[in-house]
Amino acid sequence: MAGSVRWSAGPLDRAQIRALGLVAPLLLFIGVTFIAPLGTMLMRSVHDPVVADALPETLAQLKSWDGEGLPPEAAYAALARELRRAAAARTLGQMAGRVNRVQVGLRSVVTRTARELREVEQGPWRTQMAAVDSAWADPATWYAIQVTGERFTARHYLNAVDLQQLADGSVAAQAEERRIYVRLFLRTLAVSGLITLLCLLLGYPVAHLIANSSPRRASLLLILVLVPFWTSLLVRTTAWIVLLQSQGVLNDLMVSLGLINDSGRLAMVYNMTGTIVAMTHVLLPFMVLPLYSVMRGIPATHMNAAASLGATPLRAFWRVYWPQSLPGVGAGALLVFILAIGYYITPALVGGSSGQLISNMIAYHMQTSLNWGLAAALGGVLLAGVLILYWLYDRLVGVERMGLG
Amino acid sequence: MNDRQTTAVITVLIALCAAGCGSDEPDSITAVSWGGSYGRAVQEGVNVPFTESTGIRVDVEDYNGGLAQIRAQVDIGDIHWDVVDLEISDAVRGCDEGLLERIDVNALEPGPDGTPAAEDFLTGSQVGCGVSTLFWSTVYAYNENNIPGARPTTMADFFDLNAFPGRRGMRRVPQVNLEFALIADGVPLDQVYAQLDTPEGLDRAFAKLETIKDEVIWWEAGAQPPQMLADGEVIMTTAYNGRIFNAQVLEDQPFVIVWDGQLLDVGQIAIVAGTPRLEEAMRYVTFASMAESMARIGRRISYSPVRKSGMPLVTTHVTAGVDMEPHMPASPANAARALRYDWSWWVDHQDAMNERFSAWLAR
Repeated sequence: MAGSVRWSAGPLDRAQIRALGLVAPLLLFIGVTFIAPLGTMLMRSVHDPVVADALPETLAQLKSWDGEGLPPEAAYAALARELRRAAAARTLGQMAGRVNRVQVGLRSVVTRTARELREVEQGPWRTQMAAVDSAWADPATWYAIQVTGERFTARHYLNAVDLQQLADGSVAAQAEERRIYVRLFLRTLAVSGLITLLCLLLGYPVAHLIANSSPRRASLLLILVLVPFWTSLLVRTTAWIVLLQSQGVLNDLMVSLGLINDSGRLAMVYNMTGTIVAMTHVLLPFMVLPLYSVMRGIPATHMNAAASLGATPLRAFWRVYWPQSLPGVGAGALLVFILAIGYYITPALVGGSSGQLISNMIAYHMQTSLNWGLAAALGGVLLAGVLILYWLYDRLVGVERMGLG
Repeated sequence: MNDRQTTAVITVLIALCAAGCGSDEPDSITAVSWGGSYGRAVQEGVNVPFTESTGIRVDVEDYNGGLAQIRAQVDIGDIHWDVVDLEISDAVRGCDEGLLERIDVNALEPGPDGTPAAEDFLTGSQVGCGVSTLFWSTVYAYNENNIPGARPTTMADFFDLNAFPGRRGMRRVPQVNLEFALIADGVPLDQVYAQLDTPEGLDRAFAKLETIKDEVIWWEAGAQPPQMLADGEVIMTTAYNGRIFNAQVLEDQPFVIVWDGQLLDVGQIAIVAGTPRLEEAMRYVTFASMAESMARIGRRISYSPVRKSGMPLVTTHVTAGVDMEPHMPASPANAARALRYDWSWWVDHQDAMNERFSAWLAR
């Protein structure tokens, strides 16, 4: 792959300019639809100006606060002023939501305080605010404001790997009941690995059969692989619900055959089993197609030659065929694994609560908790993980040996 | 004009039209509701009559509750929802956060007999931004065909895996489930929120949920529970009472509602802050909060009006002809062991509970 395009050192000649003109729309497209959104999303994981923009004076007052005890009256006065301004500008909700993420419960404290202070013109602010909610007499509240007031922060990345920054600046593990992401990342890796393995076990014989069939039969078999591939993802996933649910086709069949009794129907969907079965099916074509394209290029005579030299079929396969099919295995496995790591719809539909993967948590933070910073950080960690795996693959197998067909 | 000029002129015209043609079209609003059989009741009972009387078209969108989508629209400043049907705690939180427009109860229509709106609404149902429309409740229900022996009758039965083995459906949110867990654990109805207010009470609720966690299928849309009951995917499920009613009456499903420990709540409609169609949205809210509109919904699904003048107008179901009163969650027989949803507790704790609940689910 590398080195296939060479730019001359001198000024571009007409042909090169024309070539550049031809690919310019593509480059522009990639830039607008891929690089730019990715960049802004990753930016969000470290940059969050909402609180800094809403409370500039308060944060300036807090600069001189040592973190011990409560901040000076001037900080309370500035905050009261800026809360009212934020309420009028309708940015209060956003700001309160940010603070709430560091100290859960502060959203309602902040919004209620802003509501109560609407009619108040005069200080002393500290006693009045503490009267609205005792949280204002707690240094932790002010720490939350100070922390979220930083425009650039590593908070989201710490959060994404179950760490938190304490008030004294040290990094510590997240509270037990909030520690979920590392476990989910590991679960996602394990499940993706398992699905890749299953796809390989199921896909390898199929690809071999197609590659060694007569052209007519091969095209028929290929269509059988491609028709599900072309079918809507939602249709295939819901079809699995119909098959696997407890009153579904498979359970009904087993009950009528007497394999299980009616009260002992198996739970095969809305759990991890459902996620693995449905995702293996959905991703199988991504394994079969690269395998097939590589296997088609392996001459059948090689196996015959190995047999004529005295190798048993197993030995001939293992020493002659398998090494030649490795580029397809590598390509298919990498494709399936990377797709599985980011899969979202299928686990959301058939995964129940035990079959959820990290992508579902990212979706939750994008759509429900609206913590886009954390969602971006989780996505960033996932991206880094995939890149590391790709690098490892390149070191161990070599990307140039990958045959995508 | 040559071809190229013609093309240019047409392009400019299209561009101008795209910028201007659509902008001054005040005759449609987007009303967001909960879909399914309730969505149909709102469509027939409110949206269609509203369009007939005002000429304003109503585009309907469905959602499953929560403030996230409203928050996202207001934060970005691109508001395409005008009126939203929401839970009362969300209406209060949305009001505090500036996500919803304030509505003066005196601006609403008086009752049919001329009673001012402020007196016609049942007390305690009006808050800052939201206008109450109906009583609804979360109950649990089962399919008679799937429970052959003894039938569940209490909230404790829902959590009893020994007496009633099998999977349960529950809504994928912390509210209601925590209350149900405590009721099932033997907490008297009037102590439930006092218990939730203590860390021990919260742990107790989550511990009770933990006992059935492996058997729970979590639903999000209100249309899912009746479907899961019909499919036999669950043997019992929490549900909005109206959805079960519709399946019973209109689809002849052998579903039974267990009213014990039901959580009685008030549904509200509110206007998304900053909508460019504020006037039309206000006309819609005024129309939807009239006793007649509430009664038209009450004749289609078992949610009762929150206006005193509304209930007498409900009478029977519009097509099935059954008397609606025995099916309403607020009727004395059904409400004997009902818990009133304490929205003020949830206003203060929703964020903390959402976080704890989603972490608990993911474990």
